Amino acid sequence: MKKQYKKILVLGSGALKIGEAGEFDYSGSQALKALKEEGIKTILINPNIATVQTSKGIADKVYFLPVTPHFVEKVIEIEKPDGLFLSFGGQTALNCGTNLYNSGILSKHNIEVLGTPVETIINTEDRELFAGKLREIDVKTPKSFAVDSVDKAIEAARTIGYPLIIRAAFTLGGQGSGFCSNDEELHALATNAFSYSNQILVEESLKGWKEVEYEVVRDRFDNCITVCNMENFDPLGIHTGESIVVAPSQTLSNSEYHKLRSLAIKIIRHLGVVGECNVQYALDPNSEDYRVIEVNARLSRSSALASKATGYPLAFIAAKLGLGYGLHQLKNAVTQTTTACFEPALDYIVVKIPRWDLNKFQGVTREIGSSMKSVGEVMAIGRTFEEAIQKGLRMVGQGMHGLVGNPKVTHVNLEESLSHPTDQRIFAVAEALEKGWTIERIHQLTAIDVWFLEKLANITTFKLTLEKIKSIENLDFDTLNAAKRMGFSDFQLARLIFNPSPNEIEECQGKVRVHRKNLGILPVVKQIDTLAAEYPSSTAYMYITYNGTENDIVNDKKDKSVIVLGSGAYRIGSSVEFDWCTVSAVSEIRKMGYRSVMINYNPETVSTDYDICDRLYFDELTFERVLDIIEIEKPIGVIVSVGGQIPNNLAMRLHNAGVKILGTTPENIDRAEDRQKFSEMLDRLEIDQPRWKQLSTFEEVEKFVDEVGYPVLIRPSYVLSGSAMNVVSNHDELRDYLQLATNVSKNHPVVVSEFIEGAKEIEFDGVANNGEVIIDAISEHVEFAGVHSGDATLVFPPQKLYFETIRRIRKIARDIAKELNITGPFNMQLLAKNNDVKVIECNLRASRSFPFVSKVLGYNFIGAATNFMLGRMPNTLSPSMFEIDHVGIKASQFSFSRLSKADPILGVEMASTGEVGCIGNDFDDALIKAMLSVGYRIPQKSILVSSGPLRSKIALIEPLILLQQQGFTIYATKGTAKFMKENGVNAIPVAWPDEAESPNSTELIRNRQVEMVINVPKNLSKKELYNDYSIRRSAIDCNIPLITNARLAAAFLFAICNKKLEDLDIRSWDEYI
Amino acid sequence: MNSTKAKLILEDGTILIGTSFGYQGGSAGELVFNTAMTGYPESLTDASYRGQILVATYPLIGNYGVPGKATENDIFQFWESDRIQVSGLVVAEYSECYSHWNAQMSLSQWLIEHKIPAISGIDTRALTKKLREKGTTLAKIEFDKEIPFIDPNQEDLVGQVSVKEKKVYGNGKYKITLVDCGIKNNIIRCLINRDTIVTRVPYDYNFNNDDWDGLFLSNGPGNPKMNEATIKNLRKALEGNKPIMGICLGNQLMALAAGADTYKLPYGHRSHNQPVIMKDTDRCFITSQNHGFAIDTSTLPSDWDILFENANDGTCEGIRHKTKPFFAAQFHPEASGGPTDTEFLFDDFLNLVEKNKNDNFTK
Repeated sequence: MKKQYKKILVLGSGALKIGEAGEFDYSGSQALKALKEEGIKTILINPNIATVQTSKGIADKVYFLPVTPHFVEKVIEIEKPDGLFLSFGGQTALNCGTNLYNSGILSKHNIEVLGTPVETIINTEDRELFAGKLREIDVKTPKSFAVDSVDKAIEAARTIGYPLIIRAAFTLGGQGSGFCSNDEELHALATNAFSYSNQILVEESLKGWKEVEYEVVRDRFDNCITVCNMENFDPLGIHTGESIVVAPSQTLSNSEYHKLRSLAIKIIRHLGVVGECNVQYALDPNSEDYRVIEVNARLSRSSALASKATGYPLAFIAAKLGLGYGLHQLKNAVTQTTTACFEPALDYIVVKIPRWDLNKFQGVTREIGSSMKSVGEVMAIGRTFEEAIQKGLRMVGQGMHGLVGNPKVTHVNLEESLSHPTDQRIFAVAEALEKGWTIERIHQLTAIDVWFLEKLANITTFKLTLEKIKSIENLDFDTLNAAKRMGFSDFQLARLIFNPSPNEIEECQGKVRVHRKNLGILPVVKQIDTLAAEYPSSTAYMYITYNGTENDIVNDKKDKSVIVLGSGAYRIGSSVEFDWCTVSAVSEIRKMGYRSVMINYNPETVSTDYDICDRLYFDELTFERVLDIIEIEKPIGVIVSVGGQIPNNLAMRLHNAGVKILGTTPENIDRAEDRQKFSEMLDRLEIDQPRWKQLSTFEEVEKFVDEVGYPVLIRPSYVLSGSAMNVVSNHDELRDYLQLATNVSKNHPVVVSEFIEGAKEIEFDGVANNGEVIIDAISEHVEFAGVHSGDATLVFPPQKLYFETIRRIRKIARDIAKELNITGPFNMQLLAKNNDVKVIECNLRASRSFPFVSKVLGYNFIGAATNFMLGRMPNTLSPSMFEIDHVGIKASQFSFSRLSKADPILGVEMASTGEVGCIGNDFDDALIKAMLSVGYRIPQKSILVSSGPLRSKIALIEPLILLQQQGFTIYATKGTAKFMKENGVNAIPVAWPDEAESPNSTELIRNRQVEMVINVPKNLSKKELYNDYSIRRSAIDCNIPLITNARLAAAFLFAICNKKLEDLDIRSWDEYI
Repeated sequence: MNSTKAKLILEDGTILIGTSFGYQGGSAGELVFNTAMTGYPESLTDASYRGQILVATYPLIGNYGVPGKATENDIFQFWESDRIQVSGLVVAEYSECYSHWNAQMSLSQWLIEHKIPAISGIDTRALTKKLREKGTTLAKIEFDKEIPFIDPNQEDLVGQVSVKEKKVYGNGKYKITLVDCGIKNNIIRCLINRDTIVTRVPYDYNFNNDDWDGLFLSNGPGNPKMNEATIKNLRKALEGNKPIMGICLGNQLMALAAGADTYKLPYGHRSHNQPVIMKDTDRCFITSQNHGFAIDTSTLPSDWDILFENANDGTCEGIRHKTKPFFAAQFHPEASGGPTDTEFLFDDFLNLVEKNKNDNFTK
């Protein structure tokens, strides 16, 4: 008999980080939906305030608290749930749950873990136990030894032989792992890996083998299915999160496919998984020999991808199975008529491509390998591999138009670029093919299967045909049709045929479109239905292809549709917060009775769940594709203001093509986007802004700097190397920067702005209707200006702003809203110093902080904005930020530990990969919760301080005195120690990393004699001295919490002196609002 | 690139133009679709497809080439019979390039060698929807010369594909007589791997006078009712008590011999993902299927039970005798291609054979 549960606790995954990202918003949301359908009360703990799962109506109660044993136990004491799900919150939830289980807290409170038992989880997480379990059923794993010391690792290497792979146990996304081929490399790798875990694995290297994954599901009746298999384009050796992946497998015979499938089922049965599980294999490219690489007994990034690739709602089903259902007792959610106990048949091919943002980091190595560095991914659907891969390469959104026809980048050492993969490798393959290298040679260098290389060669070969055409008249039906079937965009065709200058390209692209339509070459809409058309399905999960002749949809004339453009791949600066915005918008549109249409292509999102809208186009957000969809849908309008910058950038072009843009007009969007126009407008409205100029020569820059004084902020229009934006504090830095990072010239001007030190930075989020501000929220940064707003710690409502400052900000907002006749969401960033308020930036779209302020206020800003954009009034209006009795704090999550060698420093370029938002009864309460949520720990005994410039030193005196009073040992680098001594802090001086003396700062860190490191950079430049870098990097590599901003450090130290862990307020969201 | 055009013409007058990638000669038959994502060499050599033009819903076909004619125990190691059995192949995208350690030639070369036409560049999803809505239809692949439609259901398809003479495989303990109605080689492999000696006999052979421990009825093409001789022989065998197992057509033949009726499904089951529920249990298996006919369970005699049922459309997926050791599956426990989850049915059969033999011995 199936047990009836009354109340179930679900653990979320916290902030987005490399290796643990948006996929868990998707899986948690689906699980909660599945529980709600059963009438079970649901409690969710997740501090990630920007997620959809923490929105109203998904879970019955949400706690914005850290997913750690302490807080989870507190919630358990209050809520007394009878069941707990660990499998929807990634490694964070799994680790927390295992901890609670091992410490007996779960049994003490009589809570049942639903789905896969904790014992099974432990068996899959500990690699030795895991290999042992598989040995019991004669399933092969790589030859491997678990060791607890570097010496033992070397000993193991003697038995297995090089090359080897080293992995740290109990880590996520391959943290601390890598390949080595001699003792010296092994020594270095093993030492690093031990900083993550006290157990490491020394394994035989299977480099060059195919990597294949299966998503397997099992119910308590022992019924098993594999929902999807996937094949990595990149062979083993590159983490699956870093690989291009196709589904289903393309180069496996029936025998191989089913051999691995049967093994997967055998494994999941033996381990006793109930729910979902992922099995990763290495497959010998020259026989059917295999190894099982990994089993994840929980929902994963791969399972999110598999769900989107097949239409099979893995998380939803896994939740139901956890409640005791059998697969055969559940319905196929897509067809609604057939059973969930089946294996999807695809009639298309899916290609996943990772999105990296390595440009954003200083010093990081670009090579990709066995640990994960990508921050997001895209999924492209087509009916040929060529079509899907070219779509995918456009979707990644880094200026590429497909495999060919891209801005020219020549790989200096092509052979090296092929054999040592970086984030750019596929373009190196394209270059080699274009240079006429043989498939065999490229295969030797890359070990990428010949099949994939041949397909890429089809594209590069076809490029040559296209380049010979030269004029649109010569582009005949067969050639154009073949090109479109291979995924060439109109833009690519225009570039290859006309070879136009940058300012002609748009016109040429238009010519291709007109010619193509005249020839009758149009794309068709195809449906993803899980059964390859065997059964009818009414679910409108669609993609677009040129490999077909018939549309799968018919438009009902009565239906009026509204299209919402999504936010694309998660990247630094745009992630789950925009997914929340788009989901909020489509839900509202749906409520109004329109057909809600979503376009997006990010498999890690809730917005690409086919049941959140009436019609989902899992497709590109290029001008061409959006226009195609608009021509098919004939919507009453398109919303471009909730999906971040990608849709915002399309506004003007769509408008020019005659598309109705809802909300603020594209002309006015352009007036805010165009720096010159916006600046002139501010001058006219008498709104202050930091002085700035666009300049083309070094002399002009110097002259301007003489006027405004150092420091200045420089952003180049063209980047040679390193980061795009920087602050320079003196003449030498200016010269260095302009010479090394940018080649300033007429064609590549730089924008130089005055930089105001010690200013407060403020965020304004508002919603306006016909030029009138209806709703607003003002948040302040804890850090002074200079830290990117996406990295800063935000406080809402503001606790320390002058009333006058607030009044002035509101007036500015009113004036701008009126001038630009804003309807919909908008955001401003401002600086305030002594009540002087300056506008830095204004975007006529939703911003990153919309979900945060919406949830702290308990009022959905996007819901209201959507109403205004469609000419309606929302049912209710927002409470005022002055009337709420709680404080919200948004803190940023950094993933520096994954980005080997990157300098963990904050500056004007954003570096964080995620964020949390916690609510507390005061500033300290909310701050501690938020900081703990992003991985900080409260130090108990000792910290190391290196406090940088004088201003920072002063800011830290008072909190350090407090710490000292509480009995802390305070270590400080020499200068800091001296300064602190003079000011009443008895700090122990320690030597710099490059000094031989003891105690030495890095030694303290390596030996874990300090529990927190505060290292404030000396100046605002990104180029930092070796010593400071070394302290920061050691802290990251040794997993010791690091704070690099004096204001934040001071706030945190004050908070932990004022409040103890036990004092923190444990209340659910609804109890605050 | 080969760019010879070919036409796919349907009974209702629909004409689809594509590119030929097989033999350039016309062919006609019944048009059916299969939703499997792997296993084209297995499907194309499956005699159950005799007389049919196969539409692959998975768009990329030919990726891993075609394995060679290697044999083991006197049967082809990688093919399900000794030749391509389909009358034609329709795909969306033929992959000219192929890559696999076990490939001997491209799919195109193989089709040409076996004189089977094939056409690519077809919207196979649209075509499948048509078949789903209108039912299985007659069709032909044409080049320059016009050819007539052929209804394979009027032909003695089983007679065309069955072995002409007895043939013996394996050297095991249990004697199995295998009635070949168009057998897939993997059935033989599954049997001889289980300590048997298999005597493969022609479909119309009267096995009732032979000495066997178990009787096995294979899969095969076409309308089951066409096989009158087999049904007659089988009816006789059902009077006895020795174990009998059937697969696919064998399932239908067993039902017909028992006195039940069969009917033609509108568009059949041809895929690797068909869920079947073992009647009155919570066990559901993913199976490989390829059939156009099914047992009408309302006509099943009272001493027979439904053994398996399709979880999607409720059609009969297997029957068993209430007291005697007779059972059959509509799906393919031998898989190849497709999932192997129900291979245990061979074990069940051999257990019955063993038990029966021991019982007789004790008697």
